[in-house]
Amino acid sequence: MQKRDVVIIGGGPAGLAAAAELKKRGVDDILIIEREKQLGGILRQCIHDGFGLTRFGQTLSGPEYSQRFIDQVKEMQIEVLTNATVIDLTDDKIVTADTRDGLLQVQARAIILTMGCRERTRGALAIPGQRPSGIYNAGVAQSYMNLYNTMVGKEIIIMGSGDIGLIMARRMTLEGAHVKAVFEVLPYPSGLPRNIEQCLNDYNIPLYLSHSVINIKGDTRIEGVTVAEVGPDMKPIPGTEKDFTCDTLVLSVGLIPENELSLAAGVTLDGRTKGAFVDENFQTDVPGVFAAGNVLHVHDLVDFVSLEAEALAAGVNEYLNSDEVAPCDIEIETDRNIGHIIPQKVSGEKNFRMSMRVRKPMGRCKIIVSQGDNTVKSTIVPNAIPAEMIQFDVAADKIMSNEKIEVSVYEQ
Amino acid sequence: MNSRTFVCIVCPNGCTIETQYEGDKILSVTGNKCKKGIEYVRQELIDPRRTISSTVRIEGAELPLCSVRLTNVIPKKDIFRVMEEINKIKLTAPVSIGQVVIKNVCGLDSDVIVTKNMG
Repeated sequence: MQKRDVVIIGGGPAGLAAAAELKKRGVDDILIIEREKQLGGILRQCIHDGFGLTRFGQTLSGPEYSQRFIDQVKEMQIEVLTNATVIDLTDDKIVTADTRDGLLQVQARAIILTMGCRERTRGALAIPGQRPSGIYNAGVAQSYMNLYNTMVGKEIIIMGSGDIGLIMARRMTLEGAHVKAVFEVLPYPSGLPRNIEQCLNDYNIPLYLSHSVINIKGDTRIEGVTVAEVGPDMKPIPGTEKDFTCDTLVLSVGLIPENELSLAAGVTLDGRTKGAFVDENFQTDVPGVFAAGNVLHVHDLVDFVSLEAEALAAGVNEYLNSDEVAPCDIEIETDRNIGHIIPQKVSGEKNFRMSMRVRKPMGRCKIIVSQGDNTVKSTIVPNAIPAEMIQFDVAADKIMSNEKIEVSVYEQ
Repeated sequence: MNSRTFVCIVCPNGCTIETQYEGDKILSVTGNKCKKGIEYVRQELIDPRRTISSTVRIEGAELPLCSVRLTNVIPKKDIFRVMEEINKIKLTAPVSIGQVVIKNVCGLDSDVIVTKNMG
């Protein structure tokens, strides 16, 4: 069996950034395994701009952003295996991949999980009605339109206000479709404010909050939907039903980290992030198995995915040097205003970056990180919304004991 | 005096900017984290501008489409005119990032460039 220091599963933005940073830190024996023909992950189809402002100080399209990392990986001569799907991973870090040359097994010393996300589907929402064609997830529609030159439809209804749905509302409009409306079940948008502005408002596409699609009509092709207003209990309000005709329904109702391999390796997942429990080094509860990017928790910006994967590389390097990382026994707990948090455990010995999202729009907030009576960190967020990830740094010298750390958000 | 709320699209901060103005003269702005927000509001009041991204057909590559974008913002009202020009283009592989596909599209002081290496 082949032996490698590091196997990276997934050659998207997280995997590429982790590989380049590891190499910079002196790790040479790296293999990236990617199931697609090309590197770049989802960015290959994200042709809109707005990537890289944080990372490179300029606005790039997805393919341009990923090419910068692909170029680095090539220059550094990091080995890449494309057209290869990892089908199994064990807790003792044996990777099994289905490749063009047959089955490949690799014994790795460290594994980096960077598999990204999948989209939540109609099935997961249990929308009643018929089962016609013409219902697409936003990312699928994006791949048809931006990669394969296939227009998905002409009269479009979008369900869910996630960022990919908003981006696709603009994209389909530019290519001549009529996007009739976006319906969001929550009382606030799921996507970023700037995308509401430049993808919907710019093209006069209405957004209906607290509305849901409650029926789908059409025998072979979708012919229309019934939409209703929902109450605070998220249930349709009788009497508010309205019918819309359409030939296409696009769903943008959330992303789910793709963690089948993580589970196969015995990694414990956090019900909130749907990704692994990790410490400040991004190590999961299986020693030597690390995770970053959207497979760990859904990010709002790819820039933060790259930064997270680079931070992970430091932890992997430490693990390779000493076959372990410092034990992380301090648990991090949150109050009910916080949807999820990364990391979930820390050592107290290292500075680390905390990433979190609030559950509902909270306006101006104060976030307090405390350990008993000791305030570890206090920071103000001018406008906390669920669509945006909140990040801040925590200094280890403020952590005084092994007591659990509590994170709370207070509206100001 | 008029007032209007803008959502700045310059960067991911997406600041909500409250503005008071008279004609195209800005009297006050609040809510912007940086100076770019003021510039954005000024531009929105006199002549809103955007960049766009799209795809063009390509022959001899693994996929039938190549992604492109504008190098500079254009007036919002000209977006569909520029899309028509972009849709006329057919490339032949190989192409590389930054390659100009249409110079000074519609005379708007913005180029259409390739954003993906193909072929």
